[in-house]
Amino acid sequence: MQPKEYQQLVQENLPPRPIVKNMLWAFFVGGLICALGQVVLTIAQSFERTKNEAAAVTLAAMILLGTILTALGVYDEIAEKAGAGVAVPITGFANTVTSAAIDFRREGFLLGMGAKMFVIAGPVIVYGILSGFIVALIKSLVLGLF
Amino acid sequence: MSKRIGQRTLTFSRAPRITSSYTLVGPREGKGPHALDFDEILPDDTLGQKTAEKTERLMLELAITKTLEQHDTAIEDVQFLIAGDLLNQITTSCLAASTYPVPFLGIYGACSTFAQALGLGAVLLEGDFAQQVLIGTASHYQTAERQFRYPIELNVQHLQTNHVTVTGAAAAILSFADRGPRITHATFGQVVDMGLKDPHDMGSAMAPAAFHTIKAHLADTGRSLQDYDLVLTGDLGKQGRKMLRLLLEREGFEGLERLQDGGSQIFGDWQPVGAGGSGAACVAVMTLGYVLNRLNSAKARRALIVATGALLSALTVLQGESIPCIAHAIALEQ
Repeated sequence: MQPKEYQQLVQENLPPRPIVKNMLWAFFVGGLICALGQVVLTIAQSFERTKNEAAAVTLAAMILLGTILTALGVYDEIAEKAGAGVAVPITGFANTVTSAAIDFRREGFLLGMGAKMFVIAGPVIVYGILSGFIVALIKSLVLGLF
Repeated sequence: MSKRIGQRTLTFSRAPRITSSYTLVGPREGKGPHALDFDEILPDDTLGQKTAEKTERLMLELAITKTLEQHDTAIEDVQFLIAGDLLNQITTSCLAASTYPVPFLGIYGACSTFAQALGLGAVLLEGDFAQQVLIGTASHYQTAERQFRYPIELNVQHLQTNHVTVTGAAAAILSFADRGPRITHATFGQVVDMGLKDPHDMGSAMAPAAFHTIKAHLADTGRSLQDYDLVLTGDLGKQGRKMLRLLLEREGFEGLERLQDGGSQIFGDWQPVGAGGSGAACVAVMTLGYVLNRLNSAKARRALIVATGALLSALTVLQGESIPCIAHAIALEQ
Protein backbone atom coordinates (compact mmCIF):
# COMPACT_ATOMS: atom_id res chain seq x y z
CA MET A 1 0.00 0.00 0.00
CA GLN A 2 1.26 3.45 -0.87
CA PRO A 3 1.78 5.99 1.94
CA LYS A 4 -0.82 8.35 0.45
CA GLU A 5 -3.37 5.57 0.30
CA TYR A 6 -2.68 4.58 3.89
CA GLN A 7 -2.85 8.18 5.14
CA GLN A 8 -6.27 8.42 3.50
CA LEU A 9 -7.34 5.19 5.23
CA VAL A 10 -6.21 6.58 8.60
CA GLN A 11 -8.13 9.80 8.03
CA GLU A 12 -11.28 7.80 7.30
CA ASN A 13 -10.87 5.74 10.45
CA LEU A 14 -9.95 8.28 13.10
CA PRO A 15 -12.33 8.42 16.05
CA PRO A 16 -14.56 11.51 15.89
CA ARG A 17 -13.55 14.29 18.24
CA PRO A 18 -16.27 15.24 20.75
CA ILE A 19 -16.22 18.89 19.67
CA VAL A 20 -19.62 19.91 21.03
CA LYS A 21 -18.96 18.27 24.40
CA ASN A 22 -15.51 19.88 24.59
CA MET A 23 -16.93 23.28 23.71
CA LEU A 24 -19.64 23.06 26.36
CA TRP A 25 -17.13 22.00 29.01
CA ALA A 26 -14.74 24.78 27.98
CA PHE A 27 -17.55 27.36 27.98
CA PHE A 28 -18.87 26.54 31.42
CA VAL A 29 -15.58 25.93 33.22
CA GLY A 30 -13.92 28.90 31.51
CA GLY A 31 -17.00 30.98 32.36
CA LEU A 32 -16.82 29.84 35.97
CA ILE A 33 -13.20 30.98 36.25
CA CYS A 34 -14.12 34.36 34.74
CA ALA A 35 -17.07 34.72 37.11
CA LEU A 36 -14.75 33.96 40.01
CA GLY A 37 -12.36 36.60 38.70
CA GLN A 38 -15.24 39.09 38.61
CA VAL A 39 -16.11 38.34 42.24
CA VAL A 40 -12.49 38.93 43.26
CA LEU A 41 -12.41 42.15 41.21
CA THR A 42 -15.57 43.45 42.86
CA ILE A 43 -14.19 42.72 46.30
CA ALA A 44 -10.82 44.24 45.39
CA GLN A 45 -12.49 47.41 44.19
CA SER A 46 -13.89 47.93 47.66
CA PHE A 47 -10.43 48.40 49.15
CA GLU A 48 -8.25 49.49 46.21
CA ARG A 49 -8.33 53.13 45.15
CA THR A 50 -8.23 52.70 41.36
CA LYS A 51 -9.68 50.14 38.99
CA ASN A 52 -6.20 49.34 37.70
CA GLU A 53 -4.97 48.47 41.17
CA ALA A 54 -8.02 46.31 41.74
CA ALA A 55 -7.35 44.54 38.44
CA ALA A 56 -3.76 43.88 39.49
CA VAL A 57 -4.94 42.32 42.74
CA THR A 58 -7.42 40.18 40.81
CA LEU A 59 -4.75 38.94 38.38
CA ALA A 60 -2.41 38.11 41.25
CA ALA A 61 -5.20 36.22 43.03
CA MET A 62 -6.10 34.22 39.92
CA ILE A 63 -2.44 33.41 39.24
CA LEU A 64 -2.10 32.22 42.83
CA LEU A 65 -5.19 30.05 42.39
CA GLY A 66 -3.83 28.51 39.17
CA THR A 67 -0.48 27.88 40.81
CA ILE A 68 -1.98 26.23 43.89
CA LEU A 69 -4.26 24.00 41.82
CA THR A 70 -1.26 23.00 39.68
CA ALA A 71 0.89 22.26 42.71
CA LEU A 72 -1.89 20.10 44.11
CA GLY A 73 -1.95 18.15 40.84
CA VAL A 74 -5.56 19.12 40.15
CA TYR A 75 -5.26 21.58 37.28
CA ASP A 76 -4.29 19.04 34.63
CA GLU A 77 -7.13 16.79 35.74
CA ILE A 78 -9.65 19.60 35.21
CA ALA A 79 -8.01 20.41 31.86
CA GLU A 80 -8.62 16.84 30.69
CA LYS A 81 -12.35 17.76 30.65
CA ALA A 82 -12.39 21.52 30.28
CA GLY A 83 -9.61 21.95 27.67
CA ALA A 84 -9.41 25.53 26.44
CA GLY A 85 -11.71 26.59 29.27
CA VAL A 86 -8.79 26.34 31.68
CA ALA A 87 -6.00 26.98 29.15
CA VAL A 88 -7.08 30.44 28.02
CA PRO A 89 -7.68 32.30 31.35
CA ILE A 90 -4.67 33.60 33.26
CA THR A 91 -4.91 30.59 35.59
CA GLY A 92 -3.84 28.55 32.56
CA PHE A 93 -0.83 30.77 32.05
CA ALA A 94 0.09 30.27 35.69
CA ASN A 95 -0.28 26.54 35.12
CA THR A 96 2.14 26.51 32.19
CA VAL A 97 4.82 28.27 34.25
CA THR A 98 4.25 26.26 37.42
CA SER A 99 4.06 22.88 35.72
CA ALA A 100 7.35 23.54 33.93
CA ALA A 101 8.91 24.81 37.16
CA ILE A 102 7.88 21.63 39.01
CA ASP A 103 9.18 19.42 36.21
CA PHE A 104 12.55 21.05 35.74
CA ARG A 105 13.20 21.61 39.45
CA ARG A 106 14.84 18.16 39.34
CA GLU A 107 17.64 19.50 37.19
CA GLY A 108 18.44 22.20 39.75
CA PHE A 109 17.31 25.74 40.47
CA LEU A 110 19.57 27.48 37.99
CA LEU A 111 19.87 25.47 34.79
CA GLY A 112 16.75 23.44 35.50
CA MET A 113 13.90 25.48 36.91
CA GLY A 114 15.37 28.90 36.18
CA ALA A 115 16.20 28.17 32.58
CA LYS A 116 13.18 26.08 31.65
CA MET A 117 10.35 27.65 33.63
CA PHE A 118 9.06 29.51 30.59
CA VAL A 119 9.53 26.67 28.14
CA ILE A 120 5.77 26.52 27.50
CA ALA A 121 4.83 30.07 28.50
CA GLY A 122 7.68 31.65 26.53
CA PRO A 123 5.91 31.71 23.14
CA VAL A 124 2.86 33.33 24.75
CA ILE A 125 5.03 36.15 26.08
CA VAL A 126 7.05 36.57 22.88
CA TYR A 127 4.08 36.69 20.55
CA GLY A 128 1.97 38.57 23.08
CA ILE A 129 4.52 41.37 23.07
CA LEU A 130 4.91 41.19 19.30
CA SER A 131 1.17 41.38 18.61
CA GLY A 132 0.84 44.18 21.20
CA PHE A 133 3.52 46.11 19.37
CA ILE A 134 1.84 45.62 16.00
CA VAL A 135 -1.58 46.67 17.31
CA ALA A 136 -0.03 49.75 18.94
CA LEU A 137 1.71 50.57 15.68
CA ILE A 138 -1.53 50.32 13.69
CA LYS A 139 -3.35 52.43 16.26
CA SER A 140 -0.66 55.08 16.06
CA LEU A 141 -0.82 55.11 12.26
CA VAL A 142 -4.62 55.29 12.16
CA LEU A 143 -4.83 58.05 14.76
CA GLY A 144 -1.98 59.86 13.01
CA LEU A 145 0.31 60.09 16.00
CA PHE A 146 3.46 60.01 13.85
CA MET B 1 22.63 -25.40 7.49
CA SER B 2 21.28 -21.89 7.62
CA LYS B 3 19.33 -20.97 10.69
CA ARG B 4 17.48 -18.37 8.69
CA ILE B 5 14.34 -19.31 6.86
CA GLY B 6 12.72 -17.26 4.16
CA GLN B 7 13.81 -13.70 3.91
CA ARG B 8 14.36 -12.69 7.50
CA THR B 9 13.13 -15.18 10.05
CA LEU B 10 15.62 -16.79 12.41
CA THR B 11 14.95 -20.28 13.76
CA PHE B 12 16.32 -21.46 17.07
CA SER B 13 16.70 -25.22 16.94
CA ARG B 14 18.50 -25.41 20.28
CA ALA B 15 15.42 -23.88 21.83
CA PRO B 16 16.58 -21.22 24.25
CA ARG B 17 13.96 -20.64 26.90
CA ILE B 18 12.62 -17.84 29.03
CA THR B 19 13.52 -19.60 32.23
CA SER B 20 12.82 -16.91 34.73
CA SER B 21 11.22 -13.50 34.69
CA TYR B 22 9.93 -10.72 36.87
CA THR B 23 7.44 -7.97 36.09
CA LEU B 24 6.56 -4.94 38.15
CA VAL B 25 4.11 -2.19 37.31
CA GLY B 26 2.89 1.11 38.70
CA PRO B 27 -0.38 1.64 40.58
CA ARG B 28 -2.36 2.65 37.48
CA GLU B 29 -1.39 -0.57 35.66
CA GLY B 30 -2.16 -2.42 38.89
CA LYS B 31 -5.77 -1.27 38.64
CA GLY B 32 -6.08 -2.65 35.11
CA PRO B 33 -7.54 -5.98 34.02
CA HIS B 34 -4.15 -7.74 34.00
CA ALA B 35 -3.19 -6.89 37.58
CA LEU B 36 -3.04 -10.57 38.52
CA ASP B 37 -0.61 -11.35 35.70
CA PHE B 38 2.13 -9.16 37.15
CA ASP B 39 4.58 -10.20 39.84
CA GLU B 40 4.50 -6.94 41.71
CA ILE B 41 2.35 -3.83 41.79
CA LEU B 42 4.08 -0.81 43.24
CA PRO B 43 2.11 1.10 45.87
CA ASP B 44 3.17 4.42 44.33
CA ASP B 45 5.09 5.48 41.25
CA THR B 46 8.05 7.05 43.09
CA LEU B 47 9.59 4.19 45.11
CA GLY B 48 10.70 6.96 47.43
CA GLN B 49 13.03 8.43 44.81
CA LYS B 50 13.50 12.14 44.23
CA THR B 51 13.00 12.00 40.49
CA ALA B 52 11.01 9.76 38.17
CA GLU B 53 14.23 9.03 36.28
CA LYS B 54 15.72 7.54 39.42
CA THR B 55 12.52 5.56 39.98
CA GLU B 56 12.71 4.14 36.48
CA ARG B 57 16.28 3.02 37.04
CA LEU B 58 15.40 1.47 40.39
CA MET B 59 12.45 -0.39 38.85
CA LEU B 60 14.74 -1.92 36.24
CA GLU B 61 17.28 -2.91 38.89
CA LEU B 62 14.53 -4.43 41.04
CA ALA B 63 13.22 -6.45 38.11
CA ILE B 64 16.73 -7.71 37.31
CA THR B 65 17.54 -8.55 40.94
CA LYS B 66 14.27 -10.43 41.46
CA THR B 67 14.72 -12.35 38.22
CA LEU B 68 18.18 -13.47 39.33
CA GLU B 69 16.82 -14.46 42.75
CA GLN B 70 14.00 -16.48 41.22
CA HIS B 71 16.42 -18.29 38.99
CA ASP B 72 18.83 -18.78 41.86
CA THR B 73 21.59 -17.39 39.69
CA ALA B 74 24.43 -15.07 40.57
CA ILE B 75 24.98 -12.17 38.23
CA GLU B 76 28.48 -13.52 37.53
CA ASP B 77 26.93 -16.57 35.87
CA VAL B 78 25.21 -14.40 33.28
CA GLN B 79 27.22 -13.66 30.15
CA PHE B 80 25.30 -10.72 28.75
CA LEU B 81 22.89 -8.06 29.87
CA ILE B 82 20.73 -6.60 27.09
CA ALA B 83 18.55 -3.71 28.13
CA GLY B 84 16.84 -0.64 26.78
CA ASP B 85 14.38 2.09 27.65
CA LEU B 86 12.82 5.21 26.17
CA LEU B 87 15.02 7.93 27.54
CA ASN B 88 17.64 9.84 25.59
CA GLN B 89 20.88 7.85 25.38
CA ILE B 90 19.00 4.99 27.13
CA THR B 91 20.29 6.37 30.40
CA THR B 92 18.01 4.27 32.59
CA SER B 93 19.55 1.06 31.24
CA CYS B 94 23.09 2.44 31.28
CA LEU B 95 22.82 3.60 34.88
CA ALA B 96 21.22 0.33 35.96
CA ALA B 97 23.85 -1.67 34.04
CA SER B 98 26.63 0.14 35.89
CA THR B 99 25.70 -1.91 38.96
CA TYR B 100 26.23 -5.26 37.24
CA PRO B 101 29.66 -6.66 36.32
CA VAL B 102 28.42 -8.15 33.06
CA PRO B 103 28.99 -7.26 29.39
CA PHE B 104 26.19 -4.88 28.53
CA LEU B 105 24.41 -4.29 25.25
CA GLY B 106 22.21 -1.21 25.38
CA ILE B 107 19.56 -1.18 22.68
CA TYR B 108 16.85 1.18 21.52
CA GLY B 109 13.74 0.21 19.67
CA ALA B 110 11.27 2.47 21.46
CA CYS B 111 8.34 0.33 22.58
CA SER B 112 9.67 -2.63 20.56
CA THR B 113 12.87 -2.78 22.62
CA PHE B 114 11.79 -5.82 24.59
CA ALA B 115 11.28 -8.02 21.52
CA GLN B 116 14.60 -6.82 20.14
CA ALA B 117 16.29 -7.88 23.39
CA LEU B 118 14.48 -11.21 23.39
CA GLY B 119 15.54 -11.93 19.81
CA LEU B 120 19.15 -10.85 20.29
CA GLY B 121 19.40 -12.85 23.52
CA ALA B 122 18.15 -15.94 21.73
CA VAL B 123 20.71 -15.38 18.98
CA LEU B 124 23.55 -15.23 21.51
CA LEU B 125 22.36 -18.46 23.12
CA GLU B 126 21.72 -20.28 19.87
CA GLY B 127 25.17 -19.27 18.64
CA ASP B 128 26.67 -20.74 21.81
CA PHE B 129 28.10 -17.37 22.77
CA ALA B 130 26.32 -17.51 26.10
CA GLN B 131 24.65 -19.91 28.48
CA GLN B 132 22.56 -17.33 30.27
CA VAL B 133 21.45 -13.94 28.99
CA LEU B 134 19.66 -11.36 31.06
CA ILE B 135 17.27 -8.96 29.33
CA GLY B 136 15.31 -6.05 30.70
CA THR B 137 13.33 -2.95 29.82
CA ALA B 138 11.68 -0.18 31.79
CA SER B 139 9.57 2.89 31.23
CA HIS B 140 7.86 5.43 33.43
CA TYR B 141 4.87 7.60 32.62
CA GLN B 142 6.48 10.75 33.98
CA THR B 143 9.90 10.42 32.35
CA ALA B 144 8.40 9.70 28.94
CA GLU B 145 5.83 12.45 29.28
CA ARG B 146 8.57 14.99 30.03
CA GLN B 147 10.83 13.87 27.24
CA PHE B 148 8.36 13.32 24.44
CA ARG B 149 5.46 15.56 25.38
CA TYR B 150 4.82 18.24 28.01
CA PRO B 151 5.41 18.95 31.70
CA ILE B 152 3.37 16.49 33.72
CA GLU B 153 1.03 18.98 35.39
CA LEU B 154 0.40 21.01 32.21
CA ASN B 155 -3.20 21.61 31.13
CA VAL B 156 -3.49 19.24 28.20
CA GLN B 157 -6.63 17.66 26.86
CA HIS B 158 -5.64 14.24 25.58
CA LEU B 159 -7.15 12.78 22.44
CA GLN B 160 -8.67 9.35 22.07
CA THR B 161 -5.64 8.38 20.00
CA ASN B 162 -3.10 9.42 22.66
CA HIS B 163 -1.18 6.74 24.52
CA VAL B 164 -0.26 6.66 28.18
CA THR B 165 3.26 5.40 28.85
CA VAL B 166 3.24 2.37 31.08
CA THR B 167 5.08 2.66 34.39
CA GLY B 168 6.85 -0.60 34.93
CA ALA B 169 9.85 -2.78 34.34
CA ALA B 170 10.45 -6.35 33.35
CA ALA B 171 13.44 -8.63 33.21
CA ALA B 172 14.01 -12.20 32.12
CA ILE B 173 16.75 -14.76 32.00
CA LEU B 174 17.11 -16.68 28.79
CA SER B 175 18.94 -19.99 29.03
CA PHE B 176 18.81 -23.67 28.13
CA ALA B 177 17.43 -24.72 31.51
CA ASP B 178 14.59 -27.15 31.36
CA ARG B 179 11.64 -24.89 32.05
CA GLY B 180 9.77 -21.92 30.65
CA PRO B 181 8.54 -21.32 27.12
CA ARG B 182 10.91 -21.89 24.21
CA ILE B 183 11.84 -19.12 21.82
CA THR B 184 11.47 -20.75 18.42
CA HIS B 185 11.59 -17.92 15.90
CA ALA B 186 12.53 -14.29 15.65
CA THR B 187 11.55 -12.04 12.75
CA PHE B 188 13.28 -8.70 12.99
CA GLY B 189 11.33 -6.04 11.17
CA GLN B 190 12.43 -3.26 8.91
CA VAL B 191 11.63 0.39 9.44
CA VAL B 192 8.30 1.26 7.86
CA ASP B 193 7.39 4.89 7.38
CA MET B 194 4.01 5.68 5.89
CA GLY B 195 4.57 9.41 6.17
CA LEU B 196 2.33 9.93 9.18
CA LYS B 197 3.42 12.87 11.31
CA ASP B 198 0.95 13.06 14.18
CA PRO B 199 2.72 12.18 17.46
CA HIS B 200 -0.72 12.04 19.10
CA ASP B 201 -1.64 9.04 16.98
CA MET B 202 1.28 6.63 17.12
CA GLY B 203 -1.02 3.63 16.80
CA SER B 204 -1.91 4.46 13.21
CA ALA B 205 1.76 5.11 12.45
CA MET B 206 2.90 1.76 13.90
CA ALA B 207 0.18 -0.47 12.44
CA PRO B 208 1.85 -0.81 9.00
CA ALA B 209 5.11 -1.89 10.65
CA ALA B 210 3.26 -4.58 12.61
CA PHE B 211 1.48 -5.63 9.43
CA HIS B 212 4.75 -5.82 7.52
CA THR B 213 6.46 -7.98 10.14
CA ILE B 214 3.48 -10.29 10.64
CA LYS B 215 3.21 -10.79 6.90
CA ALA B 216 6.95 -11.50 6.60
CA HIS B 217 6.90 -13.88 9.55
CA LEU B 218 3.96 -15.88 8.23
CA ALA B 219 5.45 -16.02 4.73
CA ASP B 220 8.87 -17.15 6.01
CA THR B 221 7.50 -19.81 8.35
CA GLY B 222 4.65 -20.95 6.13
CA ARG B 223 2.33 -20.47 9.05
CA SER B 224 -0.99 -18.68 9.35
CA LEU B 225 -2.40 -16.65 12.21
CA GLN B 226 -4.42 -19.70 13.23
CA ASP B 227 -1.19 -21.55 13.98
CA TYR B 228 -0.87 -19.29 16.99
CA ASP B 229 -3.20 -19.43 19.95
CA LEU B 230 -2.37 -15.84 20.66
CA VAL B 231 -0.79 -13.05 18.63
CA LEU B 232 0.07 -10.17 20.92
CA THR B 233 0.95 -6.91 19.21
CA GLY B 234 2.95 -4.51 21.35
CA ASP B 235 1.18 -1.29 21.96
CA LEU B 236 -0.78 -0.31 18.91
CA GLY B 237 -3.56 0.90 21.16
CA LYS B 238 -7.19 0.92 20.14
CA GLN B 239 -6.59 3.04 17.06
CA GLY B 240 -3.54 1.10 15.85
CA ARG B 241 -5.26 -2.22 16.48
CA LYS B 242 -8.14 -1.08 14.28
CA MET B 243 -5.73 -0.04 11.50
CA LEU B 244 -3.81 -3.33 11.68
CA ARG B 245 -7.04 -5.28 11.34
CA LEU B 246 -8.01 -3.22 8.32
CA LEU B 247 -4.63 -3.88 6.70
CA LEU B 248 -4.79 -7.62 7.37
CA GLU B 249 -8.38 -7.84 6.16
CA ARG B 250 -7.54 -6.07 2.93
CA GLU B 251 -4.96 -8.73 2.13
CA GLY B 252 -7.28 -11.53 3.07
CA PHE B 253 -5.57 -12.77 6.23
CA GLU B 254 -7.69 -15.04 8.36
CA GLY B 255 -7.69 -15.77 12.05
CA LEU B 256 -7.87 -12.15 13.15
CA GLU B 257 -9.60 -13.31 16.33
CA ARG B 258 -6.17 -14.46 17.49
CA LEU B 259 -4.97 -10.87 17.59
CA GLN B 260 -4.61 -9.19 20.94
CA ASP B 261 -2.90 -5.94 21.75
CA GLY B 262 -0.86 -5.22 24.86
CA GLY B 263 -1.41 -1.48 24.76
CA SER B 264 -5.18 -1.79 24.39
CA GLN B 265 -5.50 -4.42 27.10
CA ILE B 266 -3.15 -3.36 29.87
CA PHE B 267 -5.62 -0.72 31.01
CA GLY B 268 -9.34 -1.20 31.49
CA ASP B 269 -12.04 0.62 29.54
CA TRP B 270 -12.92 2.39 32.77
CA GLN B 271 -9.50 4.04 32.90
CA PRO B 272 -9.07 7.38 31.09
CA VAL B 273 -6.05 6.46 29.01
CA GLY B 274 -7.01 7.35 25.44
CA ALA B 275 -5.92 4.63 23.04
CA GLY B 276 -4.15 2.62 25.74
CA GLY B 277 -0.66 2.01 27.06
CA SER B 278 2.71 2.25 25.41
CA GLY B 279 6.34 2.40 26.46
CA ALA B 280 9.23 0.01 26.62
CA ALA B 281 7.70 -1.72 29.63
CA CYS B 282 4.26 -2.25 28.08
CA VAL B 283 4.86 -5.23 25.82
CA ALA B 284 7.51 -6.50 28.24
CA VAL B 285 5.17 -6.84 31.22
CA MET B 286 2.36 -8.10 29.00
CA THR B 287 4.59 -10.78 27.51
CA LEU B 288 6.34 -11.86 30.70
CA GLY B 289 3.15 -11.46 32.72
CA TYR B 290 0.12 -12.29 30.65
CA VAL B 291 1.49 -14.37 27.74
CA LEU B 292 3.87 -16.41 29.90
CA ASN B 293 1.03 -17.20 32.29
CA ARG B 294 -1.07 -18.42 29.36
CA LEU B 295 1.79 -20.57 28.07
CA ASN B 296 2.82 -21.92 31.47
CA SER B 297 -0.73 -22.81 32.42
CA ALA B 298 -1.22 -24.48 29.03
CA LYS B 299 -4.05 -22.11 28.07
CA ALA B 300 -2.01 -21.31 25.01
CA ARG B 301 0.48 -23.56 23.28
CA ARG B 302 2.08 -21.17 20.89
CA ALA B 303 2.19 -17.40 20.91
CA LEU B 304 3.58 -14.70 18.66
CA ILE B 305 4.76 -11.44 20.15
CA VAL B 306 4.82 -8.54 17.71
CA ALA B 307 6.33 -5.59 19.55
CA THR B 308 5.96 -2.28 17.77
CA GLY B 309 7.94 0.90 18.20
CA ALA B 310 7.53 4.48 17.00
CA LEU B 311 11.06 5.72 16.44
CA LEU B 312 10.37 9.41 16.79
CA SER B 313 11.98 12.01 18.98
CA ALA B 314 10.69 15.31 20.33
CA LEU B 315 13.02 17.09 17.90
CA THR B 316 12.02 15.20 14.76
CA VAL B 317 8.37 15.92 15.53
CA LEU B 318 9.01 19.66 15.78
CA GLN B 319 11.06 19.57 12.59
CA GLY B 320 8.14 18.06 10.73
CA GLU B 321 9.66 14.63 10.08
CA SER B 322 7.36 11.66 9.69
CA ILE B 323 7.37 8.85 12.25
CA PRO B 324 9.53 5.85 11.31
CA CYS B 325 8.14 2.69 12.90
CA ILE B 326 9.33 -0.83 13.51
CA ALA B 327 8.00 -4.19 14.69
CA HIS B 328 9.83 -7.33 15.76
CA ALA B 329 8.12 -10.70 16.05
CA ILE B 330 9.13 -13.45 18.45
CA ALA B 331 7.48 -16.87 18.42
CA LEU B 332 7.13 -18.62 21.78
CA GLU B 333 6.14 -22.20 22.38
CA GLN B 334 5.13 -23.98 25.50
